[in-house]
This record gives sequence, C-alpha cells and structure tokens, in this order.
Amino acid sequence: MKIEAKDPFTTLAATFVVLPADNVDTDQIIPARFLKVTDKKGLGDSVFADWRRLPDGSVNTDFPLNRPDAKGAQILVAGQNFGCGSSREHAPWALVGWGLRAIIAPSFADIFKGNAMKNGLLPIAVDAAFHARILEARRADPAARIAVDLPAQTVALEGQPPVRFEIDPFAKECLVHGIDELGYLLERSADIDRYEAKHA
Amino acid sequence: MSDSQTDRTGPRTLFEKVWSEHIVREDAGAPAVLYVDLHLVHEVTSPQAFDGLRARGLKFRRTDRTVATMDHSTPTLPRRLAVVDPQAAAQLAKLKANCAEFGVTLYDLDSAEQGIVHVIGPELGVTQPGCTIVCGDSHTSTHGAFGALAFGIGTSEVEHVMATQCLLQSRPKTLEVRVDGKLPAGVGAKDIILAVIAKIGTGGATGHVIEYRGTAIEALGMEERMTVCNMSIEAGARAGMIAPDETTFEWLEGRRFAPKGDAWTAAVAKWKTLKTDPGAKFDASVSLDANTLAPMITYGTNPGMGIPVTGNLPAAGTGETASDRAALAKALDYMGLTAGAPIAGQRVDVVFIGSCTNSRMGDLRSAASVFKGRKVAPNVRVLVVPGSKAVKRQAEAEGLDVVFKDAGAEWRESGCSMCIAMNGDQLSPGQYAVSTSNRNFEGRQGRGGRTLLASPLTAAAAAVTGKVTDPRTLMGGAT
Ligand code: SF4
Repeated sequence: MKIEAKDPFTTLAATFVVLPADNVDTDQIIPARFLKVTDKKGLGDSVFADWRRLPDGSVNTDFPLNRPDAKGAQILVAGQNFGCGSSREHAPWALVGWGLRAIIAPSFADIFKGNAMKNGLLPIAVDAAFHARILEARRADPAARIAVDLPAQTVALEGQPPVRFEIDPFAKECLVHGIDELGYLLERSADIDRYEAKHA
Repeated sequence: MSDSQTDRTGPRTLFEKVWSEHIVREDAGAPAVLYVDLHLVHEVTSPQAFDGLRARGLKFRRTDRTVATMDHSTPTLPRRLAVVDPQAAAQLAKLKANCAEFGVTLYDLDSAEQGIVHVIGPELGVTQPGCTIVCGDSHTSTHGAFGALAFGIGTSEVEHVMATQCLLQSRPKTLEVRVDGKLPAGVGAKDIILAVIAKIGTGGATGHVIEYRGTAIEALGMEERMTVCNMSIEAGARAGMIAPDETTFEWLEGRRFAPKGDAWTAAVAKWKTLKTDPGAKFDASVSLDANTLAPMITYGTNPGMGIPVTGNLPAAGTGETASDRAALAKALDYMGLTAGAPIAGQRVDVVFIGSCTNSRMGDLRSAASVFKGRKVAPNVRVLVVPGSKAVKRQAEAEGLDVVFKDAGAEWRESGCSMCIAMNGDQLSPGQYAVSTSNRNFEGRQGRGGRTLLASPLTAAAAAVTGKVTDPRTLMGGAT
C-alpha cells in the first residue's frame, strides 16, 4: 500500500478576498448541478457559480471573487457558520481549485471544517474584533495582506502584531507535516482487528 | 473536559453509551478511532473515494457492513425515462462498476429496494439502535431516530471507512432538546424541528450531538422521529438521537435485516439499556412546549428563518447584530418577500412533497388527506415523490397515487428529486415552492428558485389553494 504525503502547510502570506455574509452554505460554494463529476479536479471554475454569474449568464463584476483585486488572493475572509449545509467535499475541492489556502471566519460548520483540513485548506476561527479589523484593513487597502503561521498558530495583518487562533492539535500535526489521516488509521489495523474479534 | 465527559462510571447519556461502545482506540492528543457498524453509499459522494482505494492499492475492509443505492441524480419520471444528462448517467454507471468491482451490495434503479439512502436503511432494518452509521451525506442524522449515532462525512472519510471501517473523531458535546406536552391537531414532527431550528439557529448546535427527549418526542411514531432527527444538521448538529423504545422495536421487528428469533430477544434486551440515565448531564439544554406549536414555514434562505404559518415575516431591521440585519435583508430580497407582511396568502407556483425528511407513508397519507376530493389550484405544479420503491408500492396499494393524480399532482418514481434539483426536477428563476424537503438555500431547488419549507400537510394545503395556507383550515375533508 502507498500513502502519499500531502503538501505540508506551514506559513502563508497573501492578499485576501472578503465575502462577509453569514451562513454561506455549501450549496452556494458549489451548486448541486456541479456534483455530477466523478473526480476532484476542475471545480475551481464553478466555485460560487451562481454568485459569480448573473442570471443572464454574464459575469457579475461586483462579486468579490470576480474583481480585479481578487487575483492571486489565497485567503478568503467570510462570515460566521461558513460552510453549513451539505457534507459535499466538493466545496473545499472547489475553493482549493480556485486557489484558496485558508479561510478566516468567526465560525465554521463542523463537516466543512473537517473536509477543508483534509484538503490542505486551513479554517481559521477568529474573534469579532479581529474580524472587524481585517475588513477595515481591506477597505483601506485592497492590497492588504494576511500572514498565517500554522506551527505558531498565529494570524496577522501584515505589519501588525499577530493574534493566536485555536486548532485541533491532531489536525494541525496532519497539516504541518502533510500527514494523511488514512495512513494513521491504517497503522491501527491491529487495534481494529482486535475490536472486530471482540464484537463479532 | 467536563465531568460528564470523563466520568464513565456515573450516569451517562444515550450518546455517551453508543460512543464509548465504538471506541477502538483513544490516544492522548489524537481523536478517537471510532468503529463504524454501517456505511451507506450513494453515487454523488463515493466515486472519488473508490478511486482513492484503487490508486493506493487498498482493500475494501467490510463490504458486509456497506450498502449502496442510487438516489441523488436519478430521474424520477414515470418508467425512468433515460437519464438524459450524460454526466449523471456516467456517475450512475460508475457506482455500478465500483460496487461490482469491490463486491458492495447495490440497490440500483432496477432493484425493488431502491430509494433515498436514508429511507431505505431503516426500511431494510439495517439501521438499528446503538449502531454507528455514516454516509457521505449530511442527512445521515435521520438514522438517529432509532437511537443510532449517525452522521454525515466527507468523501475523504468515505474512503477512510471503506479502507478501515473506522473514522478519526473528536468527541462532540451533547445538547438536550426537550419537547414536552401534546401537539395540537395539524401540527407534526416537521413543525417541531422547524421550530427548534428557528429557536436555536442554523449554527445553534454546532459541535454537538442532539438528544431529542420529552413527552412530545416519545409520542411520535418512527417516521416522525426520522423527520425530526433528519434536520438536526440544519441546526448545525453533528447528529440527532432519540432513545429507542417499544415504538422503535415494534417498527423494526420482522424487517429484512433485523435480528430474528433469539437474536431479536437478545438485541431488544440490549437496546432497552440505550437510554440516558437519570442524572446524566448534557453540555447544553433547550426546551420547547409542544402545546403552543403551530404549523411552521420558512420565509428566508436558511432553515432557521421559520415562523408559524399564521405569523408575519420579521419587521425590517430585525436582528441582534448588523450582520443578522444584513442577512435578513439579503434573504428577503432573494425571496422577493416583504418584511413584516403575513406569510399566509403568499402565491405558490410549485409544491414538492418528498425528500428524506418527508417522503414516507405517514407523510404521503397526511398529504393525501388534504388532496382527497380537492383539485390542485390552477397554475400550480405539484410533484409527489415517494422516498423509496417500497413506499411507492405501499402508497399504490392504499390508492394514494390515485388521490394525488385525481387532484392533478404528478406521481413520481422514488429519489431525491427536487430536494436537490440534480435530476431535471427543478424550479425556474423566481418561482415559489412550498417544499417538504430540508433546505431553502438560494438555488437549492433550481437557480433563482424560492423555497418555503413546511410539513406535508402545509404543502398540500398550499397545493390546493395556490397560496400559503394554514392547513388546519382544510382539515376534516373537502367541503
Ligand atoms: S432527499 Fe435531499 S437531503 Fe435527502 S439525501 Fe436526497 S438530496 Fe440529500
């Protein structure tokens, strides 16, 4: 068997896009009609499909991800309960496919959070005050950048003092070292055998 | 960690009992390795997981604990006219090939057991009290109605379960939702859960497993309990559970994969212990008075935006925070509804009766009680989509299909249909639908479509009047 290591996630410094709505659900992140794929690739073009295009099919130039200053952004700053709804892992596949590496929000929906971390997309929960500061910084300067240091568990507006964020220690280990959870589980096969023998 | 989480000898909740039974291993600093008794699989969230197994040369560990079906992208037109969408057809073909290659039982479109994954699990009796059940689908919480710990997972985790029959899980917290009292006539399980979500919000139960308790919950039948547990995810919960009791055992006895004979007696004895002990602590608790509930309906773009069908939309500017107020304004704009206006009387274009929330016999019987002797209002399209082929057969045996068709509704084949709009059943931009499904997100039932979630009774009332209507005004038969 072969368990490939994934790209490790350590630090990241990049510009960001802001989508401040609360309760952005995975149906918005990737509408169901794009779920008929049988692989993980190519979903980046369809991320937020119904918000990025107007009903007549033309590009919605007002949508944050479509604006010229969104180019090259690797961080999305979102509202609370981001990723609620369907368990579709197509949501992080699409966000990563678009070029994102981290999402900053006041809170995340459970399944989305787990799915994101399994795909090298770091969910960073921040308090309301810091969230407001980020939005303010972006208003003042569309080229503002955010620096993330995962090993240190800090996030900062570049040039300002960092703030700490919490992350499950195991998920952090996996991200920092590019460990695949499946490999970890497979190493516990003997325990699984014993459990099955006892509960047969 | 609180005492309730570490003290394994004191009084325990239903969740704690099922959870601790399934711990394969628990190391400090790592999530628990949790054993999965039953893995349900469907076409949309599995192909990449099967590919992963193949790419890594891994074996499928327990095909005998895995059941697959086709439901999301399947057509529900009569006689299953060809799957017109080539991509959907390819996805269905892929599931068939994958199940054949790995030896997984598949109830495909041609099988007599096919249906929505969360409808057929209980029907076949593979859903059992005390089990851990997962599926690459957030409404796996439905199975918690049987006292199972059942939750949705992503496709990476689908692959983990295929390869190891286990998942890495951090222990969730527990939330008690108490509903005591007696439901008024015309108010049912869907109204309970919509009221719960309206109360605690779509993120209200994030990180928690809900246990629904209280006299109003105990009085519910199994199908209704499934409706309640189904929408736990709409409150953000990891799972929802209801302690098994005589209602549960009676419903399960004799089902195809339920234990038989002595094994049944032993199973029931064990299942009877699956109750929250007196004195066990929950991390949080909320309660609702069943006596005061009314039929509920949503007006916005998340399931927490619900009001009694007799009520008014929130006034403009309602909301604790600026972002709540912005969310309300944005939702009303999308829905084309006026702040402060009554919801009753709102025009309806489409009515959808189906989905894993409300597509079982009780749901269809309740809708049929309104349709009987009445006609669908002009300009309203009504789809009735049974949750499984077994439900379809039973409904036809009872003549419900005739009631629906006589009224002018479409009687469809089983599947997810307009709940997710992947198979061609969908709203046009701007249309209003009263739907018995579970999500009213923007575009969920078709791009630009506007969904109002309600019970089968309320949906049927909208179908025959052409507008949002309190179903209690139509009860007692056609006049
Ligand atoms: S009926 Fe709707 S919610 Fe239920 S499994 Fe199908 S798509 Fe998901």
